[in-house]
Amino acid sequence: MKINNVEELKQHPEYKEALVELLYQLADDDFLISFRGSEWLGLCPHIEEDVAYSSINQNTMGHATLYYELLEELGEGKADVLAHDRPIEQRRNAILLEEPNGPGTYLVEPRYDWAFTVVRNYFYDVAKQIRLESLKNSSYEPLAQGARSILGEQYYHVMHWDVWFRQLLSSTPEARERLEGQIDRVWNNFGNVLSLGRQGERMAEFGIIEDEGALKKLWLGKIEAVFKDLDLSLPSAEPQAESGDGRAGEHTENLETAIETLSEVYRLDRVAAW
Amino acid sequence: MTTGTNYLIEEIETTLHQVKDPEIPSVSVGELGMIYDVEVTGSHVHVKMIPTFVGCPALDIISRDVKAAIRKDVNWVDQVEVSYVFDKSWSTDRISDEGREKLKEYGITPPPIDFKEGDPWEVDCPYCGSTYTSMENIFGPAACRSILYCKSCKNPFEAMKPVASHNS
Repeated sequence: MKINNVEELKQHPEYKEALVELLYQLADDDFLISFRGSEWLGLCPHIEEDVAYSSINQNTMGHATLYYELLEELGEGKADVLAHDRPIEQRRNAILLEEPNGPGTYLVEPRYDWAFTVVRNYFYDVAKQIRLESLKNSSYEPLAQGARSILGEQYYHVMHWDVWFRQLLSSTPEARERLEGQIDRVWNNFGNVLSLGRQGERMAEFGIIEDEGALKKLWLGKIEAVFKDLDLSLPSAEPQAESGDGRAGEHTENLETAIETLSEVYRLDRVAAW
Repeated sequence: MTTGTNYLIEEIETTLHQVKDPEIPSVSVGELGMIYDVEVTGSHVHVKMIPTFVGCPALDIISRDVKAAIRKDVNWVDQVEVSYVFDKSWSTDRISDEGREKLKEYGITPPPIDFKEGDPWEVDCPYCGSTYTSMENIFGPAACRSILYCKSCKNPFEAMKPVASHNS
């Protein structure tokens, strides 16, 4: 099956349901991780990292916008509203991505953890790359086209976090210890990032994206190879989802505060043109 | 793909070559390979463009500039529509030879031709042509640019990041 546009989609309500679910996951994941990233602006370990990380966040926010606009085309509402004004329980991002960067806020005593940030972003961007490689061949052509455009940028994002991850693990004992601690922590919830939620099987059946198990296997294979290089062992056979299932709309207070912060200006005047 | 009378479309395309990238004012959006298609129906013009980077913040400005240029220079046009499409993924191979030369004029080394992900990226200084350069930051002042340093003429400079094509 190949669905080339919104018109053709109208004949296939079940396909559409699975597609909408996936688009929300893709959009909300990129949206949250880039928001958390943007909170680092001015606080990164050095100024070159500030430049690099904000560029990555800008790209990633652009990717979220692409997915929200695809949802808008499907009649889900305005992209801006989907991003800023959608109730928490309708959000589909993995719980790990809503976790704050560390204690404090970017305004008051930010004690952010760079090790956590490196591990979360590295694991996430490897997983995202694998998803995009699959989406490149999606049966929903507008999504396949979007994935092809994002992939050219994603190459640099993965490279960036790969350098940080390998270098910190190969530097001082303190750096290695801190990275290892965060690997364990991220591992406990990364299972939710790799999940495609309740509609996962449907998505694969319709050829919108490959099967969740196959994608997870690719991710594990890649991470295992890197761990081997760095003389690390996997914390367990596969990552867990201890804090709950964001794909099912389960979220923590962290998501509420994140949305409140990032939509503050939007809520001042919902119809303003920027 | 292109509809409408050819000479009318050519007139539009010529006009589009005057619309510069707001962040690299020596290069036009045409030279950057951002024009995907021009459709002319009567006095209605629809310009379909491919964004360079998906989240490039200059897209709204470019769209405004394209509309303004056509309205100003092409007198038979009544309505201009500009939309961004993803029908093809943009890659740095879409930049024309002329565009590559103009990037250099602005102090930006053009990207290598036919870049594949994983290829080594060697960047010559746009000022003195030396190969004795070092990468300072792959990410620069705009999503599409990197920051480098020439150890030969001792100038910092920028380069356009190679973006491989993912079109199937």
